[in-house]
Amino acid sequence: MKITPEEARHIAALAYLDFSDQEYEALATHLSDILDYVEMLRELDTSNVSPTSHLLESGEAFRDDVGRPSLSETEALANAPERGGDHFKVPKIIG
Amino acid sequence: MDVHRLSVRELRAAFEERQLSAEEICQALLTRIERLEPHLHAFIRVTAEEALEQARDIDRRRAAGEQLGALAAVPIAVKDNICTRGVLTTCGSKILQNHRPIYDATVCRRLRQAGAVLIGKTNMDEFAMGSSTENSAFGPTRNPWSLECVPGGSSGGSAAAVAAEMVPAALGSDTGGSIRQPGALCGVPALKPTYGRVSRYGLVAFASSLDQIGPFGKTVEDLALVLDVIAGHDACDSTSSDVPAEHALDGLEGGVEGIRIGVPREYFSSELDPEVGRSVEEAVKLLESLGARARSVSMPNTRFSVPTYYLVATAEASSNLARYDGVRYGVRAQDHRDLRSMYHKTRSQGFGSEVKRRIMLGTYSLSSGYYDAYYLQAMKSRSLIRRDFEEAFREVDVLATPTTPCPAFRLGEKLKRPLEMYLLDIYTATINLAGVPAVSLPCGWSKQGLPLGVQLIGSHFQEPVLLRVARTYEKARRFREERHALPLENKA
Repeated sequence: MKITPEEARHIAALAYLDFSDQEYEALATHLSDILDYVEMLRELDTSNVSPTSHLLESGEAFRDDVGRPSLSETEALANAPERGGDHFKVPKIIG
Repeated sequence: MDVHRLSVRELRAAFEERQLSAEEICQALLTRIERLEPHLHAFIRVTAEEALEQARDIDRRRAAGEQLGALAAVPIAVKDNICTRGVLTTCGSKILQNHRPIYDATVCRRLRQAGAVLIGKTNMDEFAMGSSTENSAFGPTRNPWSLECVPGGSSGGSAAAVAAEMVPAALGSDTGGSIRQPGALCGVPALKPTYGRVSRYGLVAFASSLDQIGPFGKTVEDLALVLDVIAGHDACDSTSSDVPAEHALDGLEGGVEGIRIGVPREYFSSELDPEVGRSVEEAVKLLESLGARARSVSMPNTRFSVPTYYLVATAEASSNLARYDGVRYGVRAQDHRDLRSMYHKTRSQGFGSEVKRRIMLGTYSLSSGYYDAYYLQAMKSRSLIRRDFEEAFREVDVLATPTTPCPAFRLGEKLKRPLEMYLLDIYTATINLAGVPAVSLPCGWSKQGLPLGVQLIGSHFQEPVLLRVARTYEKARRFREERHALPLENKA
Protein backbone atom coordinates (compact mmCIF):
# COMPACT_ATOMS: atom_id res chain seq x y z
CA MET A 1 0.00 0.00 0.00
CA LYS A 2 1.46 3.33 -1.04
CA ILE A 3 0.57 6.43 0.91
CA THR A 4 1.04 9.70 -0.99
CA PRO A 5 2.03 12.95 0.73
CA GLU A 6 -1.52 14.17 -0.07
CA GLU A 7 -3.04 11.21 1.75
CA ALA A 8 -0.69 11.85 4.66
CA ARG A 9 -2.05 15.41 4.69
CA HIS A 10 -5.61 14.09 4.88
CA ILE A 11 -4.80 11.72 7.77
CA ALA A 12 -3.03 14.53 9.61
CA ALA A 13 -6.15 16.68 9.33
CA LEU A 14 -8.21 13.86 10.87
CA ALA A 15 -5.72 13.62 13.75
CA TYR A 16 -5.44 17.41 14.28
CA LEU A 17 -1.76 17.43 13.38
CA ASP A 18 0.29 19.65 11.05
CA PHE A 19 3.60 18.87 9.37
CA SER A 20 5.95 20.63 6.98
CA ASP A 21 6.02 19.60 3.29
CA GLN A 22 9.27 17.79 3.90
CA GLU A 23 7.76 15.92 6.84
CA TYR A 24 4.77 14.84 4.76
CA GLU A 25 7.19 13.30 2.25
CA ALA A 26 9.04 11.39 4.97
CA LEU A 27 5.82 10.31 6.68
CA ALA A 28 4.40 9.02 3.40
CA THR A 29 7.51 6.85 2.96
CA HIS A 30 7.53 5.57 6.56
CA LEU A 31 3.81 4.82 6.58
CA SER A 32 4.04 3.06 3.22
CA ASP A 33 6.89 0.87 4.53
CA ILE A 34 4.91 -0.07 7.61
CA LEU A 35 1.72 -0.75 5.64
CA ASP A 36 3.66 -2.93 3.17
CA TYR A 37 4.91 -4.91 6.13
CA VAL A 38 1.51 -5.36 7.78
CA GLU A 39 0.11 -6.57 4.43
CA MET A 40 1.17 -10.05 5.53
CA LEU A 41 -1.95 -10.20 7.71
CA ARG A 42 -3.95 -10.68 4.50
CA GLU A 43 -2.44 -14.17 4.25
CA LEU A 44 -4.48 -15.23 7.27
CA ASP A 45 -7.85 -16.81 6.68
CA THR A 46 -9.98 -15.10 9.30
CA SER A 47 -13.39 -15.79 7.76
CA ASN A 48 -14.49 -17.82 10.80
CA VAL A 49 -12.55 -15.88 13.43
CA SER A 50 -14.15 -13.34 15.71
CA PRO A 51 -12.12 -10.27 16.66
CA THR A 52 -10.54 -9.86 20.11
CA SER A 53 -11.46 -6.50 21.54
CA HIS A 54 -11.42 -7.48 25.23
CA LEU A 55 -9.07 -9.89 26.91
CA LEU A 56 -11.07 -10.63 30.01
CA GLU A 57 -14.21 -12.65 29.75
CA SER A 58 -15.65 -11.47 33.05
CA GLY A 59 -18.10 -9.21 31.22
CA GLU A 60 -19.11 -5.72 32.17
CA ALA A 61 -17.82 -4.28 35.40
CA PHE A 62 -20.72 -2.56 37.09
CA ARG A 63 -20.62 -0.94 40.47
CA ASP A 64 -23.47 0.11 42.71
CA ASP A 65 -24.97 3.39 41.68
CA VAL A 66 -24.06 5.33 44.79
CA GLY A 67 -22.58 8.77 45.00
CA ARG A 68 -18.90 9.10 45.89
CA PRO A 69 -16.81 12.14 46.59
CA SER A 70 -15.42 13.55 43.36
CA LEU A 71 -12.83 16.17 42.44
CA SER A 72 -13.25 19.68 43.72
CA GLU A 73 -13.28 22.53 41.19
CA THR A 74 -9.85 23.62 42.38
CA GLU A 75 -8.41 20.14 41.80
CA ALA A 76 -10.10 19.65 38.44
CA LEU A 77 -8.77 23.00 37.23
CA ALA A 78 -5.32 22.64 38.78
CA ASN A 79 -3.63 21.73 35.48
CA ALA A 80 -5.70 23.93 33.17
CA PRO A 81 -3.52 25.88 30.71
CA GLU A 82 -6.03 28.72 30.94
CA ARG A 83 -9.01 29.20 33.18
CA GLY A 84 -11.78 31.72 33.55
CA GLY A 85 -13.38 31.57 36.97
CA ASP A 86 -14.49 27.99 37.54
CA HIS A 87 -14.15 27.00 33.91
CA PHE A 88 -11.60 25.82 31.40
CA LYS A 89 -11.02 28.70 29.02
CA VAL A 90 -10.65 28.10 25.26
CA PRO A 91 -10.31 30.46 22.29
CA LYS A 92 -13.54 31.91 20.96
CA ILE A 93 -15.61 29.32 19.07
CA ILE A 94 -18.58 31.33 17.76
CA GLY A 95 -17.69 34.64 16.12
CA MET B 1 27.57 -1.71 54.51
CA ASP B 2 27.10 -1.12 50.76
CA VAL B 3 23.44 -0.21 50.94
CA HIS B 4 23.06 0.03 47.15
CA ARG B 5 24.05 -3.62 46.82
CA LEU B 6 21.07 -4.88 48.79
CA SER B 7 17.89 -6.35 47.34
CA VAL B 8 14.43 -5.39 48.54
CA ARG B 9 14.30 -8.39 50.86
CA GLU B 10 17.77 -7.66 52.24
CA LEU B 11 16.92 -4.00 52.81
CA ARG B 12 13.76 -5.06 54.62
CA ALA B 13 15.78 -7.38 56.85
CA ALA B 14 18.38 -4.69 57.62
CA PHE B 15 15.60 -2.25 58.47
CA GLU B 16 13.73 -4.75 60.62
CA GLU B 17 16.87 -5.72 62.52
CA ARG B 18 17.56 -2.01 63.03
CA GLN B 19 20.90 -2.12 61.24
CA LEU B 20 19.64 0.67 58.99
CA SER B 21 16.99 3.35 59.32
CA ALA B 22 14.72 4.25 56.43
CA GLU B 23 16.47 7.62 56.24
CA GLU B 24 19.92 6.02 56.04
CA ILE B 25 18.75 3.72 53.23
CA CYS B 26 17.19 6.61 51.34
CA GLN B 27 20.22 8.86 51.82
CA ALA B 28 22.64 6.15 50.67
CA LEU B 29 20.71 5.58 47.46
CA LEU B 30 20.31 9.31 46.83
CA THR B 31 24.10 9.63 47.07
CA ARG B 32 24.51 6.75 44.62
CA ILE B 33 21.99 8.37 42.24
CA GLU B 34 23.76 11.71 42.47
CA ARG B 35 27.02 10.07 41.47
CA LEU B 36 25.79 7.95 38.55
CA GLU B 37 22.89 9.97 37.19
CA PRO B 38 25.02 12.45 35.17
CA HIS B 39 26.34 9.48 33.15
CA LEU B 40 23.10 7.54 32.77
CA HIS B 41 20.14 9.93 32.87
CA ALA B 42 17.87 7.21 34.20
CA PHE B 43 15.56 9.73 35.87
CA ILE B 44 13.43 12.58 34.63
CA ARG B 45 13.09 13.77 38.19
CA VAL B 46 14.63 12.65 41.48
CA THR B 47 12.32 13.64 44.32
CA ALA B 48 15.00 13.73 47.01
CA GLU B 49 13.21 15.96 49.52
CA GLU B 50 9.88 14.15 49.28
CA ALA B 51 11.67 10.79 49.54
CA LEU B 52 13.64 11.78 52.65
CA GLU B 53 10.45 13.06 54.22
CA GLN B 54 8.67 9.75 53.53
CA ALA B 55 11.67 7.86 54.94
CA ARG B 56 11.72 9.94 58.13
CA ASP B 57 8.00 9.35 58.49
CA ILE B 58 8.59 5.58 58.26
CA ASP B 59 11.27 5.87 60.96
CA ARG B 60 8.92 7.90 63.19
CA ARG B 61 6.15 5.37 62.72
CA ARG B 62 8.48 2.53 63.60
CA ALA B 63 9.64 4.37 66.70
CA ALA B 64 5.98 4.76 67.67
CA GLY B 65 5.57 1.00 67.45
CA GLU B 66 3.35 1.00 64.38
CA GLN B 67 2.93 -2.12 62.29
CA LEU B 68 4.61 -1.35 58.94
CA GLY B 69 3.94 -2.81 55.49
CA ALA B 70 5.80 -5.31 53.31
CA LEU B 71 7.96 -2.66 51.63
CA ALA B 72 8.63 -0.39 54.63
CA ALA B 73 11.77 1.74 54.05
CA VAL B 74 12.37 0.39 50.53
CA PRO B 75 13.09 3.10 47.94
CA ILE B 76 11.35 2.47 44.64
CA ALA B 77 11.51 4.40 41.35
CA VAL B 78 8.43 4.81 39.19
CA LYS B 79 8.21 5.28 35.42
CA ASP B 80 7.13 8.78 34.49
CA ASN B 81 3.84 7.67 32.92
CA ILE B 82 2.52 6.57 36.31
CA CYS B 83 0.72 9.37 38.15
CA THR B 84 2.22 10.59 41.40
CA ARG B 85 0.13 13.10 43.29
CA GLY B 86 1.67 16.58 43.16
CA VAL B 87 4.84 15.31 41.47
CA LEU B 88 5.37 16.09 37.76
CA THR B 89 4.39 13.17 35.54
CA THR B 90 5.51 13.96 31.99
CA CYS B 91 5.39 10.66 30.06
CA GLY B 92 8.67 11.80 28.53
CA SER B 93 6.69 14.37 26.52
CA LYS B 94 6.85 18.12 26.11
CA ILE B 95 3.07 18.21 25.98
CA LEU B 96 2.91 17.06 29.63
CA GLN B 97 6.06 18.79 30.91
CA ASN B 98 4.03 20.82 33.43
CA HIS B 99 1.56 18.06 34.37
CA ARG B 100 1.17 17.61 38.12
CA PRO B 101 -1.35 14.81 38.76
CA ILE B 102 -4.05 15.51 41.31
CA TYR B 103 -4.13 11.87 42.38
CA ASP B 104 -1.85 8.87 42.88
CA ALA B 105 -2.06 5.90 40.54
CA THR B 106 -3.42 2.87 42.41
CA VAL B 107 0.01 1.22 42.25
CA CYS B 108 1.61 4.27 43.91
CA ARG B 109 -1.08 4.36 46.57
CA ARG B 110 -0.46 0.67 47.29
CA LEU B 111 3.33 1.15 47.36
CA ARG B 112 2.98 4.01 49.85
CA GLN B 113 0.57 1.99 52.01
CA ALA B 114 3.16 -0.81 52.07
CA GLY B 115 5.74 1.71 53.34
CA ALA B 116 7.77 2.09 50.14
CA VAL B 117 9.65 5.36 49.59
CA LEU B 118 9.03 6.83 46.12
CA ILE B 119 12.41 8.22 45.15
CA GLY B 120 11.87 9.54 41.62
CA LYS B 121 10.35 9.31 38.18
CA THR B 122 12.26 7.41 35.52
CA ASN B 123 12.96 8.28 31.92
CA MET B 124 11.03 6.70 29.09
CA ASP B 125 10.24 6.87 25.40
CA GLU B 126 7.57 9.52 24.92
CA PHE B 127 4.17 8.02 25.84
CA ALA B 128 5.95 4.64 26.09
CA MET B 129 6.37 4.52 22.31
CA GLY B 130 9.79 3.17 21.51
CA SER B 131 12.28 0.42 22.24
CA SER B 132 15.35 2.45 23.19
CA THR B 133 14.35 5.41 25.44
CA GLU B 134 15.77 7.65 22.72
CA ASN B 135 12.29 9.07 22.09
CA SER B 136 12.22 10.90 25.44
CA ALA B 137 11.72 14.66 25.04
CA PHE B 138 14.23 15.05 27.90
CA GLY B 139 17.15 13.20 26.33
CA PRO B 140 18.11 9.51 26.19
CA THR B 141 19.08 7.13 28.98
CA ARG B 142 22.28 5.13 28.62
CA ASN B 143 22.90 1.47 29.28
CA PRO B 144 24.91 1.08 32.51
CA TRP B 145 26.87 -1.82 30.98
CA SER B 146 27.96 0.27 27.99
CA LEU B 147 27.36 3.99 27.83
CA GLU B 148 27.37 3.97 24.00
CA CYS B 149 24.39 1.63 24.03
CA VAL B 150 20.69 2.14 24.66
CA PRO B 151 19.07 0.59 27.74
CA GLY B 152 16.11 -0.63 25.67
CA GLY B 153 12.68 0.86 26.11
CA SER B 154 10.27 2.17 26.67
CA SER B 155 10.91 1.70 30.43
CA GLY B 156 14.66 2.23 29.88
CA GLY B 157 15.05 4.56 32.85
CA SER B 158 13.60 2.04 35.30
CA ALA B 159 15.75 -0.78 33.90
CA ALA B 160 18.93 1.30 33.97
CA ALA B 161 18.23 2.56 37.51
CA VAL B 162 17.93 -1.00 38.83
CA ALA B 163 20.88 -2.28 36.76
CA ALA B 164 23.08 0.52 38.14
CA GLU B 165 21.85 -0.23 41.68
CA MET B 166 20.45 3.27 42.11
CA VAL B 167 17.29 1.61 43.43
CA PRO B 168 16.55 -1.98 44.42
CA ALA B 169 13.31 -2.04 42.42
CA ALA B 170 11.30 0.08 40.00
CA LEU B 171 7.97 0.06 38.22
CA GLY B 172 7.59 0.19 34.46
CA SER B 173 4.78 -0.34 31.99
CA ASP B 174 4.67 -2.88 29.18
CA THR B 175 2.51 -2.57 26.07
CA GLY B 176 4.56 -4.65 23.61
CA GLY B 177 7.70 -5.46 25.61
CA SER B 178 8.50 -2.19 27.35
CA ILE B 179 9.35 -3.86 30.68
CA ARG B 180 10.90 -7.12 29.49
CA GLN B 181 13.00 -5.77 26.61
CA PRO B 182 14.89 -3.13 28.68
CA GLY B 183 15.09 -5.74 31.46
CA ALA B 184 16.92 -8.03 29.05
CA LEU B 185 19.14 -5.30 27.62
CA CYS B 186 20.16 -4.07 31.09
CA GLY B 187 20.47 -7.53 32.67
CA VAL B 188 17.75 -7.23 35.33
CA PRO B 189 14.75 -9.45 36.13
CA ALA B 190 11.57 -7.81 34.85
CA LEU B 191 7.94 -8.89 34.97
CA LYS B 192 4.90 -8.08 32.88
CA PRO B 193 1.95 -9.48 34.84
CA THR B 194 -1.26 -10.91 33.33
CA TYR B 195 -3.48 -8.24 31.75
CA GLY B 196 -5.88 -7.21 34.51
CA ARG B 197 -3.68 -8.40 37.39
CA VAL B 198 -2.45 -4.90 38.27
CA SER B 199 -4.68 -1.82 38.18
CA ARG B 200 -3.98 0.63 35.36
CA TYR B 201 -5.72 3.48 37.20
CA GLY B 202 -3.32 6.41 36.98
CA LEU B 203 -1.18 4.85 34.25
CA VAL B 204 -1.28 7.28 31.33
CA ALA B 205 -2.93 5.22 28.60
CA PHE B 206 -1.03 4.19 25.46
CA ALA B 207 -2.94 1.11 24.22
CA SER B 208 -5.52 0.20 26.83
CA SER B 209 -6.07 -3.43 25.82
CA LEU B 210 -2.30 -4.14 26.03
CA ASP B 211 -0.85 -1.87 28.76
CA GLN B 212 0.16 -3.42 32.07
CA ILE B 213 2.30 -2.17 34.97
CA GLY B 214 5.01 -4.41 36.40
CA PRO B 215 8.22 -4.45 38.46
CA PHE B 216 11.97 -4.55 37.81
CA GLY B 217 14.13 -5.97 40.59
CA LYS B 218 17.48 -7.52 41.40
CA THR B 219 15.91 -10.91 42.09
CA VAL B 220 12.77 -12.83 41.18
CA GLU B 221 11.96 -12.85 44.88
CA ASP B 222 11.81 -9.06 44.80
CA LEU B 223 9.56 -9.14 41.72
CA ALA B 224 7.17 -11.38 43.69
CA LEU B 225 7.34 -9.10 46.75
CA VAL B 226 6.48 -6.00 44.73
CA LEU B 227 3.85 -7.81 42.64
CA ASP B 228 2.06 -9.00 45.78
CA VAL B 229 1.80 -5.37 46.92
CA ILE B 230 0.54 -3.87 43.64
CA ALA B 231 -1.68 -6.73 42.34
CA GLY B 232 -5.39 -7.13 42.88
CA HIS B 233 -8.77 -5.83 41.87
CA ASP B 234 -9.37 -2.08 41.83
CA ALA B 235 -12.80 -0.54 41.48
CA CYS B 236 -11.17 2.41 39.68
CA ASP B 237 -10.08 0.19 36.73
CA SER B 238 -12.95 -1.71 35.14
CA THR B 239 -10.46 -3.98 33.34
CA SER B 240 -8.72 -5.02 36.54
CA SER B 241 -9.57 -8.64 37.28
CA ASP B 242 -11.52 -9.85 40.29
CA VAL B 243 -9.78 -13.24 40.10
CA PRO B 244 -8.23 -13.29 43.59
CA ALA B 245 -4.52 -12.46 43.49
CA GLU B 246 -2.70 -15.50 44.80
CA HIS B 247 0.47 -14.55 46.66
CA ALA B 248 3.41 -15.24 44.37
CA LEU B 249 5.90 -15.12 47.23
CA ASP B 250 4.46 -18.09 49.12
CA GLY B 251 5.36 -20.96 46.76
CA LEU B 252 8.44 -19.35 45.30
CA GLU B 253 10.98 -21.90 46.53
CA GLY B 254 9.01 -24.94 45.37
CA GLY B 255 11.39 -25.94 42.55
CA VAL B 256 10.59 -27.17 39.03
CA GLU B 257 10.24 -30.93 39.49
CA GLY B 258 7.76 -32.12 36.85
CA ILE B 259 7.21 -28.65 35.38
CA ARG B 260 6.60 -28.86 31.63
CA ILE B 261 8.49 -26.26 29.60
CA GLY B 262 7.59 -25.57 25.99
CA VAL B 263 10.14 -24.14 23.58
CA PRO B 264 8.27 -22.61 20.62
CA ARG B 265 10.19 -23.27 17.40
CA GLU B 266 8.96 -20.05 15.79
CA TYR B 267 10.86 -17.93 18.33
CA PHE B 268 14.19 -19.25 17.10
CA SER B 269 13.90 -17.67 13.69
CA SER B 270 16.56 -16.26 11.36
CA GLU B 271 16.34 -12.80 13.03
CA LEU B 272 17.73 -14.24 16.25
CA ASP B 273 21.32 -13.43 17.18
CA PRO B 274 23.07 -16.82 17.68
CA GLU B 275 24.57 -15.72 21.02
CA VAL B 276 21.10 -15.00 22.39
CA GLY B 277 19.76 -18.28 21.00
CA ARG B 278 22.53 -20.31 22.61
CA SER B 279 22.12 -18.73 26.03
CA VAL B 280 18.36 -19.39 25.97
CA GLU B 281 18.99 -23.04 25.04
CA GLU B 282 21.43 -23.29 27.95
CA ALA B 283 18.81 -21.82 30.28
CA VAL B 284 16.32 -24.50 29.24
CA LYS B 285 18.97 -27.21 29.76
CA LEU B 286 19.69 -25.88 33.23
CA LEU B 287 15.99 -26.04 34.12
CA GLU B 288 15.86 -29.61 32.77
CA SER B 289 18.79 -30.56 34.98
CA LEU B 290 16.75 -29.29 37.94
CA GLY B 291 13.78 -31.55 37.18
CA ALA B 292 11.76 -29.74 34.52
CA ARG B 293 10.76 -31.48 31.29
CA ALA B 294 11.31 -29.50 28.09
CA ARG B 295 9.72 -30.09 24.72
CA SER B 296 9.45 -28.29 21.43
CA VAL B 297 6.05 -26.72 20.64
CA SER B 298 4.69 -24.86 17.65
CA MET B 299 2.96 -21.47 17.71
CA PRO B 300 2.28 -20.97 14.01
CA ASN B 301 0.89 -17.43 14.19
CA THR B 302 3.93 -15.93 15.91
CA ARG B 303 5.17 -14.14 12.79
CA PHE B 304 1.93 -12.18 12.61
CA SER B 305 2.46 -10.67 16.04
CA VAL B 306 4.42 -7.53 15.13
CA PRO B 307 2.05 -6.41 12.34
CA THR B 308 -0.95 -7.22 14.55
CA TYR B 309 0.60 -5.40 17.48
CA TYR B 310 1.44 -2.24 15.52
CA LEU B 311 -2.08 -1.99 14.10
CA VAL B 312 -3.86 -2.62 17.42
CA ALA B 313 -1.51 -0.48 19.52
CA THR B 314 -1.46 2.52 17.17
CA ALA B 315 -5.24 2.44 16.67
CA GLU B 316 -5.78 2.52 20.43
CA ALA B 317 -3.08 5.17 20.82
CA SER B 318 -4.62 7.46 18.21
CA SER B 319 -7.83 7.36 20.20
CA ASN B 320 -6.23 7.61 23.66
CA LEU B 321 -3.98 10.53 22.67
CA ALA B 322 -6.91 12.54 21.30
CA ARG B 323 -7.28 13.88 24.85
CA TYR B 324 -4.14 16.03 24.51
CA ASP B 325 -5.76 19.11 23.10
CA GLY B 326 -4.45 21.88 25.31
CA VAL B 327 -7.73 22.38 27.18
CA ARG B 328 -7.69 20.54 30.50
CA TYR B 329 -4.01 19.87 31.16
CA GLY B 330 -0.64 19.96 29.51
CA VAL B 331 1.04 22.66 27.50
CA ARG B 332 -1.10 24.84 25.18
CA ALA B 333 0.47 26.40 22.09
CA GLN B 334 0.30 30.16 22.23
CA ASP B 335 0.26 31.42 18.66
CA HIS B 336 -3.22 30.26 17.65
CA ARG B 337 -5.97 32.06 15.72
CA ASP B 338 -8.98 30.04 16.86
CA LEU B 339 -9.94 26.84 18.67
CA ARG B 340 -9.14 24.57 15.75
CA SER B 341 -5.69 26.05 15.20
CA MET B 342 -5.07 25.87 18.97
CA TYR B 343 -5.69 22.09 18.82
CA HIS B 344 -3.46 21.65 15.78
CA LYS B 345 -0.58 23.75 17.07
CA THR B 346 -0.74 22.31 20.58
CA ARG B 347 -0.53 18.74 19.31
CA SER B 348 1.99 19.40 16.55
CA GLN B 349 4.37 21.27 18.85
CA GLY B 350 3.78 19.08 21.90
CA PHE B 351 4.23 15.58 20.47
CA GLY B 352 7.54 14.16 19.24
CA SER B 353 7.97 12.56 15.83
CA GLU B 354 7.50 8.88 16.82
CA VAL B 355 4.28 9.67 18.71
CA LYS B 356 2.95 11.60 15.72
CA ARG B 357 3.92 8.79 13.36
CA ARG B 358 1.96 6.29 15.46
CA ILE B 359 -1.06 8.56 15.77
CA MET B 360 -0.99 8.86 11.97
CA LEU B 361 -0.81 5.08 11.47
CA GLY B 362 -3.59 4.48 13.98
CA THR B 363 -5.80 7.18 12.49
CA TYR B 364 -5.27 5.69 9.04
CA SER B 365 -6.14 2.12 10.04
CA LEU B 366 -9.30 3.29 11.80
CA SER B 367 -10.38 5.61 9.01
CA SER B 368 -13.32 5.02 6.74
CA GLY B 369 -12.50 2.54 3.97
CA TYR B 370 -9.49 0.99 5.71
CA TYR B 371 -10.95 -0.22 9.00
CA ASP B 372 -11.85 -3.74 7.79
CA ALA B 373 -8.60 -4.33 5.97
CA TYR B 374 -6.35 -3.21 8.79
CA TYR B 375 -7.79 -2.78 12.28
CA LEU B 376 -10.50 -5.45 12.07
CA GLN B 377 -8.13 -7.94 10.44
CA ALA B 378 -5.59 -7.24 13.22
CA MET B 379 -8.19 -7.91 15.93
CA LYS B 380 -8.99 -11.22 14.24
CA SER B 381 -5.36 -12.12 13.90
CA ARG B 382 -5.08 -11.33 17.60
CA SER B 383 -7.64 -14.06 18.26
CA LEU B 384 -5.48 -16.54 16.35
CA ILE B 385 -2.39 -15.53 18.34
CA ARG B 386 -4.32 -16.03 21.60
CA ARG B 387 -5.42 -19.43 20.39
CA ASP B 388 -1.74 -20.42 19.87
CA PHE B 389 -1.15 -19.71 23.56
CA GLU B 390 -4.29 -21.50 24.72
CA GLU B 391 -3.24 -24.59 22.79
CA ALA B 392 0.36 -24.47 24.00
CA PHE B 393 -0.73 -24.14 27.63
CA ARG B 394 -2.82 -27.29 27.34
CA GLU B 395 0.47 -29.16 27.01
CA VAL B 396 3.00 -27.14 29.00
CA ASP B 397 3.14 -24.98 32.14
CA VAL B 398 5.65 -22.40 30.99
CA LEU B 399 7.14 -21.33 27.65
CA ALA B 400 10.81 -20.36 27.27
CA THR B 401 11.94 -17.99 24.51
CA PRO B 402 14.48 -15.23 23.91
CA THR B 403 13.30 -11.82 25.18
CA THR B 404 14.89 -9.88 22.33
CA PRO B 405 16.45 -10.82 18.99
CA CYS B 406 19.74 -9.08 19.88
CA PRO B 407 21.63 -7.48 22.80
CA ALA B 408 21.70 -3.71 23.37
CA PHE B 409 22.52 -1.64 20.28
CA ARG B 410 24.24 1.72 19.93
CA LEU B 411 22.42 5.01 20.37
CA GLY B 412 21.14 6.31 17.04
CA GLU B 413 21.63 2.96 15.29
CA LYS B 414 17.94 2.26 14.65
CA LEU B 415 16.36 5.69 15.01
CA LYS B 416 16.17 6.43 11.29
CA ARG B 417 14.43 3.18 10.43
CA PRO B 418 11.19 2.88 12.42
CA LEU B 419 10.30 -0.56 11.05
CA GLU B 420 13.62 -2.00 12.19
CA MET B 421 12.95 -0.63 15.68
CA TYR B 422 9.45 -2.17 15.63
CA LEU B 423 10.88 -5.60 14.82
CA LEU B 424 12.71 -5.60 18.16
CA ASP B 425 9.31 -6.39 19.72
CA ILE B 426 9.03 -9.63 17.78
CA TYR B 427 9.31 -11.93 20.83
CA THR B 428 7.54 -9.74 23.37
CA ALA B 429 4.48 -8.22 21.63
CA THR B 430 2.76 -11.62 21.21
CA ILE B 431 2.52 -11.87 24.98
CA ASN B 432 0.62 -8.57 25.32
CA LEU B 433 -1.73 -9.56 22.51
CA ALA B 434 -2.57 -12.75 24.42
CA GLY B 435 -2.61 -10.99 27.82
CA VAL B 436 -0.49 -13.65 29.53
CA PRO B 437 2.27 -12.93 32.10
CA ALA B 438 5.97 -13.10 31.20
CA VAL B 439 9.26 -12.45 32.92
CA SER B 440 12.66 -11.65 31.42
CA LEU B 441 15.72 -12.92 33.28
CA PRO B 442 19.40 -12.31 32.65
CA CYS B 443 20.89 -15.51 31.22
CA GLY B 444 24.36 -14.62 29.99
CA TRP B 445 26.69 -12.05 28.45
CA SER B 446 27.50 -11.30 24.83
CA LYS B 447 31.15 -11.23 23.68
CA GLN B 448 30.92 -7.43 23.91
CA GLY B 449 30.00 -7.70 27.57
CA LEU B 450 26.29 -6.93 27.17
CA PRO B 451 23.56 -8.79 29.05
CA LEU B 452 21.36 -11.38 27.32
CA GLY B 453 17.83 -12.28 28.38
CA VAL B 454 15.58 -15.33 28.48
CA GLN B 455 11.82 -14.86 28.57
CA LEU B 456 9.59 -17.23 30.51
CA ILE B 457 5.87 -17.03 29.74
CA GLY B 458 3.04 -18.32 31.92
CA SER B 459 -0.66 -18.91 31.45
CA HIS B 460 -3.27 -16.30 32.52
CA PHE B 461 -3.02 -15.50 36.25
CA GLN B 462 -0.37 -18.19 36.75
CA GLU B 463 2.25 -15.76 38.09
CA PRO B 464 2.97 -18.04 41.09
CA VAL B 465 4.07 -20.94 38.83
CA LEU B 466 5.88 -18.62 36.42
CA LEU B 467 7.84 -16.92 39.19
CA ARG B 468 8.61 -20.24 40.88
CA VAL B 469 10.26 -21.48 37.67
CA ALA B 470 12.05 -18.12 37.28
CA ARG B 471 13.25 -18.22 40.90
CA THR B 472 14.59 -21.76 40.51
CA TYR B 473 16.49 -20.73 37.38
CA GLU B 474 17.90 -17.59 38.99
CA LYS B 475 19.20 -19.49 42.02
CA ALA B 476 20.92 -22.10 39.86
CA ARG B 477 22.27 -19.61 37.33
CA ARG B 478 23.73 -17.40 40.07
CA PHE B 479 23.63 -14.32 37.85
CA ARG B 480 23.50 -11.90 40.76
CA GLU B 481 26.37 -13.59 42.60
CA GLU B 482 28.50 -13.33 39.44
CA ARG B 483 27.76 -9.65 38.96
CA HIS B 484 30.85 -7.63 38.08
CA ALA B 485 31.44 -3.91 38.52
CA LEU B 486 29.89 -1.48 36.06
CA PRO B 487 32.34 0.19 33.64
CA LEU B 488 31.39 3.43 35.43
CA GLU B 489 32.46 2.05 38.80
CA ASN B 490 35.82 0.92 37.46
CA LYS B 491 36.53 4.45 36.25
CA ALA B 492 35.76 6.02 39.63
